[in-house]
Amino acid sequence: MKKDFTITAFTENHIGLLNRITSVFTRRHLNIESLNTSESQVPGIHRFTIVLHSTEEMVKKLVLQLEKQIEIVKAVYHTDEETVFQEISLFKVLVERASQPNLIERIIRDRNARILSVEKDFMVIENTGHKEENQELLSFLKPFGLIDYVKSGRVALIKEDKPLKELRKILASSKKEKIASESNENN
Amino acid sequence: MEAVLTKAITKAIETQGADALLRCLRAEDVDLIFGYPGGAIMPVYDALYSYQESIRHVLTRHEQGAIHAAQGYARASGKVGVVMATSGPGATNLITGIADAMIDSTPLVCITGQVGSPLLGTDAFQETDIISISMPVTKWNFQVTRAAEIPEALAKAFFIAKNGRPGPVLIDITKDAQFEALSFSYNKCSSIRSYRPVPPIDMSCVESAARLINSAQKPLVLFGQGVILGHAEQAFKAFIEKTGIPAAWTLLGLSALPTDHPLNVGMLGMHGNYGPNKLTNECDVLIAVGMRFDDRVTGNLSKYAKQAKVIHLDIDPSEINKNVAVDVPVLGDCRESLVALTDKVKRNSHPVWLEAFRECDKIEMEKVIQPELYPNSKDLTMGEVIKEVNYFTKGEAILVTDVGQHQMVACRYTAFKKSNSNITSGGLGTMGFCLPAALGAKLGAPNREVIAVIGDGGFQMTLQELGTIFQTGAAVKIIILNNQFLGMVRQWQQLFFDKRYSSTELMNPDFIKIAEGFGIEGMVVEDRKDLSSSLKEMMEAPGSYLLDIRVGKEDNVFPMVPAGASVSEIRLA
Repeated sequence: MKKDFTITAFTENHIGLLNRITSVFTRRHLNIESLNTSESQVPGIHRFTIVLHSTEEMVKKLVLQLEKQIEIVKAVYHTDEETVFQEISLFKVLVERASQPNLIERIIRDRNARILSVEKDFMVIENTGHKEENQELLSFLKPFGLIDYVKSGRVALIKEDKPLKELRKILASSKKEKIASESNENN
Repeated sequence: MEAVLTKAITKAIETQGADALLRCLRAEDVDLIFGYPGGAIMPVYDALYSYQESIRHVLTRHEQGAIHAAQGYARASGKVGVVMATSGPGATNLITGIADAMIDSTPLVCITGQVGSPLLGTDAFQETDIISISMPVTKWNFQVTRAAEIPEALAKAFFIAKNGRPGPVLIDITKDAQFEALSFSYNKCSSIRSYRPVPPIDMSCVESAARLINSAQKPLVLFGQGVILGHAEQAFKAFIEKTGIPAAWTLLGLSALPTDHPLNVGMLGMHGNYGPNKLTNECDVLIAVGMRFDDRVTGNLSKYAKQAKVIHLDIDPSEINKNVAVDVPVLGDCRESLVALTDKVKRNSHPVWLEAFRECDKIEMEKVIQPELYPNSKDLTMGEVIKEVNYFTKGEAILVTDVGQHQMVACRYTAFKKSNSNITSGGLGTMGFCLPAALGAKLGAPNREVIAVIGDGGFQMTLQELGTIFQTGAAVKIIILNNQFLGMVRQWQQLFFDKRYSSTELMNPDFIKIAEGFGIEGMVVEDRKDLSSSLKEMMEAPGSYLLDIRVGKEDNVFPMVPAGASVSEIRLA
C-alpha cells in the first residue's frame, strides 16, 4: 500500500550531493513530493528531509541506496505518525478584496494564520501546518483575489531518539579512529 | 567530508598541482596508467614527461579504449586501474567504461582535466559538466579547483575505489589547479567518517544461517564476483567442501572455483547450465555468496526459488532484499563471514541431491553440449573452438570476452584452474569491451597468457585499439568468432521476432589485412582440419596474433531461459 513516508538523511555538506541524492529517486522513476535541506543539530552534518509517496518496501530499499552514497552518514524513514512535521505557506492576496468585513479575522482566529506584511495593494498571509491545512486555506482564499502563493517542503522531527543516537555513535567512532591514527603518527 | 589520513610521507614539497597529482599516484604505488591527452589536461601530461621512469603511460586510440584497458588491468592485477582524459569529449568518452566498472564493481580512479575554474559554466571550449554526468555511475566523484585540494582528493579516491564494494571514482581537475603552486605532502586515507566500507558481521545471523544449512536436504550455493573481490576463494572452497553443497556460478563468479571441482555444478542464468537453473526451483535452502541476483540470473522473479529459504552473504547492505526476499542476511566481508559460517556448520554430504545435478548434466550433454563440442555440421561451432583453446591453455589462461553469443559460449566451455581468470563485461554488456580490456589484462598480468575471444560485431566497435596493442607490443591472443551477424540479437530475432533479421547482418572487412596494417599477424580459419594447427600457431607466436575463425552463421546458444520465463522453464533447443 502506498502512503507518505518521510526520509531523513544525515550527510556531509558537499557540492553535488543533492544531485546524487535525487538521482537515487530519478533512476527508479520516483517523484519526490517535497525536499528540504538544512543544517542539523550535529555540527557539520547536514540534514535532508524528503517526502515520498510510495510503498514501505520501496522506501526500505531507497534508504539503503541512500546510505550507500559515500557522503551520507545515516538515512532513515518514518511514517507520518512517527514524526512531528510542518509545512509553511505564504499567500499574496489583494488588499481590496481581502479587507472585507470579518474575513481576515476569520482567517487569523480560525486557522492561526498571521499577516506578515501589508503593502498598498496586497497583503501576505502566512500559514503553518500540515499540507492539508495549507491546502484548505488556499481553497478558502481563492475567491478573495489570491494573486500568488508559495508552499515549502516538509520539515519533520523524528519522535524516536534512535537515529540521532546512532548518528552520534558513528561520528564518535570515526573521531576515535582519527585520534588513534594521529597519536600513531606522533609515535 | 572528514577523513582519516595517515602515513605522512616526508615533509612538504613546494610544487605545482600537476606534479602533485603524479606524486599522489606514486604514493599509491601506481606505475601504469591509460589515457589520452588534450588541452585541459596538458599540464599533467607535461609533468608526466618527467615521470617516465616510474609511471608508464599507455596511449590508447580512444578514451573508451583507455578506460576498458584500465578495467582489464584492474581485474587482472587486483590493483586500482587509473585512467586519464581531457575535458569535454575526452571525459564523456569515459562514461561507458565508468558505467561498466560501476555495475561490475571494478576499482578505478579516473582523472579528467577541466577548463580553468573562471571558465566553469560559461560553455567554454571542451567544457562539459562531467561531475553531473558521471554522478550516477561513479561510486564517488569530486571536482578539484585548487591545487591544495589534490592530495586529499586523490587519497580519498583510492580509498573509496578499492575499499568495501569496489567501484569507479572520478576526480575532475581544473586546468588552473594543475598549474597552481602548493605545498605538497601526501597522507593515505584510512577511513572516511560517512563511509563504512565493510559492515560488521552479526554472529546471530551467522548462527541462523548455519542452522538453516545444517537442516537443509537440498541446499544450493550461488556464488558471484564477491568471492574473487574478497579474496575468499579458499574460504569458499572450505565452506562447500565441509557442507558438501553443490555450487553454481554467476558470469562474474566464474573461475573462483576450478571448473573440475566435484561440487562445481556450472553456470547460472539465461544461458547457464540446465541443472543449476532447473534445480534452483527445487532446492530448500539457497545460499547466495557475493552475488546480486541480476535479472539474467533469476529470470522471472515471481517464480524464482519461492520454495527455498534464502541466505545472502554480501558486503553491500543495499543488495539485501533488493531483488530476492532474504530470510537470513549475512553482511560483511565474505572472506570473514564464510570462515565464521564454516566454523558453525556440520560436516555433511548430499549425494542424492548432487546426483540430481548429474542427471541434468546428462540431458544437457546429450541435447546441447555434445552437438556443440563435437558437431556433425560442416561449419565450425563456437563451442568446438573453445574446447580446442582449452587444450592449449590447460586452464591457466586469462579469458577476456565481449558481449553476446561468443561470450556465453566462451564462459560456458572454458576450463579454469585459477581464480580471477575471467574478464568480461557482465552487468553492462558493453560491446567493444574485450579488445582494450584484454590489452589492459595483459599489462596487468604480463606473465599470464591472455586470450581475447570476441564477436565480429564487438571487435569492430574498438578495433582501433589494435594500434595500442601494436605500440605496446602486448602479446594479446585475439580470436574473432566470426558469424557475420550480431549473433545474439539475430538469435532473439529468430526465436522471438519471427526471423525478421532487422539490421543484424554484417558485411565484414578483411580482418587479417587490418591486423597486418597494425603489424599483427593473423589467419582466417574456415575448416575444422585447420583449427588445431592455427590455434597452435597463435599460441606459439611470441607477440600478439589474430585468428578470424568463421563459425556457423545462424548457430544459437542453448540452453536458454527466455526473457520473462522462470529459470525452471529453461529450454534446451
